[in-house]
Amino acid sequence: MTDLRDRLTPEQVEEFGRELDEIRQQLVADLGQEDVDYINRVIRTQRGLEVAGRGLMYLGFLPPAWLAAVGCLSVSKILDNMEIGHNVMHGQYDWTRIPELNSKTFEWDTAASGDNWRHSHNYMHHTHTNIIDKDRDVGYGILRIDPDQEWHPYYLGNPVYAVLLAIFFEWGVSLHDLEVDRMLKGEISWKDKAEVRRKMRAKAGRQIGKDYVLFPLLTGPLAPLTLLGNASANVVRNLWAFAIIFCGHFPEDVESFSESETEGETRGQWYLRQILGSANISGGKLFHIMSGNLSHQIEHHLFPDIPARRYPQIAPQVRAICEKYGLSYNTGPLHKQLLSVAKKILTFALPPREKEKQAPTTLNEEKELAAA
Amino acid sequence: MTSLIPRRSRSLGAMTASLVDTLLTPHGIDRYLELVDPMKVRNEIRGKVTAVRRQTADTVTLTVHTSKRWRGFRAGQYVRVSVDIDGVRRTRCYSPANSELDPAGSLELTVKVDPHGLVSGHLYRNAAPGMILGLSQPDGEFTLPEPRPEQLLLVSGGSGITPALSMLRTLHDRGDTDGVVFVHYANTEQDVLYRDELAELDRANPGLRVALGFTHAEHGGDLHGFFTPAHLEEVAPNWRQAQTYLCGPDGLMDSVRALFYAEGLGEQLHTEVFTPPELEIDTENATGQVRFEHSGREIANSGRPLLEQAEEAGLRPEHGCRMGICFSCTKVKSRGCVQNALTGELSTEPEEEIQMCISVPVGDVDIYC
Repeated sequence: MTDLRDRLTPEQVEEFGRELDEIRQQLVADLGQEDVDYINRVIRTQRGLEVAGRGLMYLGFLPPAWLAAVGCLSVSKILDNMEIGHNVMHGQYDWTRIPELNSKTFEWDTAASGDNWRHSHNYMHHTHTNIIDKDRDVGYGILRIDPDQEWHPYYLGNPVYAVLLAIFFEWGVSLHDLEVDRMLKGEISWKDKAEVRRKMRAKAGRQIGKDYVLFPLLTGPLAPLTLLGNASANVVRNLWAFAIIFCGHFPEDVESFSESETEGETRGQWYLRQILGSANISGGKLFHIMSGNLSHQIEHHLFPDIPARRYPQIAPQVRAICEKYGLSYNTGPLHKQLLSVAKKILTFALPPREKEKQAPTTLNEEKELAAA
Repeated sequence: MTSLIPRRSRSLGAMTASLVDTLLTPHGIDRYLELVDPMKVRNEIRGKVTAVRRQTADTVTLTVHTSKRWRGFRAGQYVRVSVDIDGVRRTRCYSPANSELDPAGSLELTVKVDPHGLVSGHLYRNAAPGMILGLSQPDGEFTLPEPRPEQLLLVSGGSGITPALSMLRTLHDRGDTDGVVFVHYANTEQDVLYRDELAELDRANPGLRVALGFTHAEHGGDLHGFFTPAHLEEVAPNWRQAQTYLCGPDGLMDSVRALFYAEGLGEQLHTEVFTPPELEIDTENATGQVRFEHSGREIANSGRPLLEQAEEAGLRPEHGCRMGICFSCTKVKSRGCVQNALTGELSTEPEEEIQMCISVPVGDVDIYC
């Protein structure tokens, strides 16, 4: 496999990094009222849908009303977790100095504690994107999703684990922070995670308390229907979030990296790794909002702390830069990316065959030669 | 459901509140109420501007009605006021000018436009009835003791009148103004804030002396030119026996302070820094590196206050007044030396709390930020 460091000449990497920095500076200078107005509109919509969903549960004995309630609540949770929660907790709105939009204190409507997630996601995943053994989001410590992860008979269950993870995704994200795989290897102890466990329990208690106890009880005789409705909304959100997130890093042709080739990375090389390690999903405006603009995973990984609504705006520029340097810009519609991920989950359930060990197919040989 | 409600109604409110909190986790009730009406928030404080007047060419006076949580203020205290300007929340400290005995939840803020000031300019241009402000609970030690000193001298200049006027109006409401002298400086008669109110207070309180000083006019009023000790001898001959409360521009503050310290009466002088103080900044000879330990960022010391350097490094530490008053930006310095740019005092101890907005690094500094 071509080493990440040999992909572009040092001069090219530097120039490439400078061009991306320039996009960033322009964006930062342009941030203002319209970005705050936008996120406030999304928040207003989300809170409205949430109240509507909870209210419609009182009519849960009418099937269309129950379905509408589940629909409202599902969309509310999706907006809350993705366009609002994920992005706010990345610090995308910290520049506003508005406490409700502060990355350090925001909490979201999902089972995973915001505090725990901030560490595992913002730091572990975004800094070490797609570095095998360092980025814990590669397969979530559960799945084998990359040829460089060593095969083990356990991975024969890959497709089953994937389906379960999709259904219970919020709990998967929560448990992810326990790093059970590392505990089993003896790298860390149960005790090391006492604080993480405390936050996990507290958060889980609050979420279960509201969705599965209090709101159902408040609907009196309709409690079972409300409980089922709330559970359905959580599952709908889980499936959607799983799909969007897995399409961001695991479609075919997205690259992974070794620790050795990322040592002493420059800013330009870091940018390069973010682009090669991420994939976009194409779609309409509503789709982008519902994905929290993680449909622009490439732009998100380049500039994780810039309001996500700006990603579609800079996507053409980023793509042009990729073309200029002969780098692949992985994008496709949701169904294509999902199919590609599914194929990988199935393929890597089985022990490796020889042909898996080949150079990444994203390489454009001619341009690479020209670059050299 | 009625059987679930306990008989005692006192715990009913508490139970409802905790039930609502559990239901609305993780965002909390204010995040919903504010969408219906920002003034309905229960845990935070907002103010709604109900009247706006422009007393002088460069000031705006706002009458503000506060939301439920406001617990009232003591005359002389200040409140942090937040407004959003071009998407960014900006916070400044203002002292209410009204009496602390006014009906609960009412505030009067007078803001002088600073030519470089973001918030004051914004309020001057845009304040209108209906505008919503973010507010903090009141804060500050610049208040009268109980019982109040027998001889009381209130000295103010420009928009520094607000805390002093609040004290005077409160004393008036209590019918307790005997032995009070109120000295206020402005450029000219046209620049005197609350001119009519002061005249009215003077008329209504025989034991009170109100004296106006004009720094840029030779006629009218009681005193002329900048503050001199002779001014005090003229309008408050008993000033050496009085407790003095002082708030105004740097020039006034410095001259009054100099007089009191020269006379050995420093303990009888109480001050409130109202305008952003001049910081002793030396960017030419700055050396060393500033390391922000939580974020792992590091930048070369520019000689500016740490808060500005942190922002330069892309961090957004919490802060309030940016002038060393409110302690919102206090952080622990783990290593190195910083100088307080207001007092020139050096902090060399490790693990010492410092105010980032007025602390300038001297050489290498590590700070938990």
